Amino acid sequence: MSAPDAAPAAVAGARKPGLPDARTLHTRYLLSLGDDALIYAQRLGEWLTHAPQIEEDMALGNVGLDLLGQARSLLTRAGEVEDAHPRRDEDALAMLRDEREFRNVHLVERPRGDFGQEMARMLWFASYQYELYTALLGSADATLAGVAQKAVKEVAYHRDHATQWVLRLGDGTPESHARVQAGLEAVHPYVQELGEDFDAARWASEQGVGVLPSSLAASVNAYVGEVLEGATLVMPDEPRWHARGGREGVHSGAMGLLLAELQHIARSHPGATW
Amino acid sequence: MSETSWPLFEVFVRPKRGLSHVHAGSLHAPDAQMALRNGRDLYTRRQEGVSIWVVASEDITASSPDERDSFFDPAADKVYRHPTFYEVPEDVEYL
Repeated sequence: MSAPDAAPAAVAGARKPGLPDARTLHTRYLLSLGDDALIYAQRLGEWLTHAPQIEEDMALGNVGLDLLGQARSLLTRAGEVEDAHPRRDEDALAMLRDEREFRNVHLVERPRGDFGQEMARMLWFASYQYELYTALLGSADATLAGVAQKAVKEVAYHRDHATQWVLRLGDGTPESHARVQAGLEAVHPYVQELGEDFDAARWASEQGVGVLPSSLAASVNAYVGEVLEGATLVMPDEPRWHARGGREGVHSGAMGLLLAELQHIARSHPGATW
Repeated sequence: MSETSWPLFEVFVRPKRGLSHVHAGSLHAPDAQMALRNGRDLYTRRQEGVSIWVVASEDITASSPDERDSFFDPAADKVYRHPTFYEVPEDVEYL
């Protein structure tokens, strides 16, 4: 280029070199939100017949179905924004993407632990989703704002469910206290990723479409901290390592097995209905 | 955890404003607050209600089947207790 000083001006305001276009970033942002919901819905489905009582099977199943509903709307919207040819609908995005194309955090793909650990995970995740959807009520993406409006009531209930259990387990018997505390320790290295910014979220935040995860962290920490205090539990120390890379499609071994179970029918019998 | 370790609660759901709570069923829960939430999950999944009551089953005093004859049969021939001699206006819905 003959005028080297003109070139940077032409891309002023754009992001660092090599960053994908707006459509791609918007799609990725929606996929991140949708994949968190989809993968956690799948994990919660595993609790059916495994919860302490049939009533709790039902409660966890309901939470999972709420999340599945959110995932359906978010993935459908992601397919619209992506506008691929042919367009990918919710089923194509859920069932026909490979592991590296999923953008969920590691917290939701972790294998199922005991009930105390599940309530620790749900407390963190639902608290995060509550702050997220509250912030997204004013999204410039009208569909996303609509999803948030419905979802914020659902996740308020999820957060309450986890809160009620953490209070009871923490302030219950020595056994329940020790197990939920161990659950909190086990999930702690996966919590920080929820509040980490990524390229698509930075773009979405600048455009008023989304919100920076880092802007939610203080409220999430404050809520969880208050619950733990009421439950006579202690916030685990800062972990020596923490999970990362989920938003870029880097996952753990557990993710492949989860996807195999989630996707194998749809892939073995393409287009099957009943 | 054994199936009998949580107490039983009876759940009453009010389907809409103006109606009374109706017994919907029973469930197990560790305490009343959790019973309320379980009741929400089990009995209002399809928008059946706007209000839920739960009460510990052991707190309910119920009539016994053995007492049925003495409790209820004497009312059978007291036709004058029924307000059958009044005209009910057509647009009175819940009477």
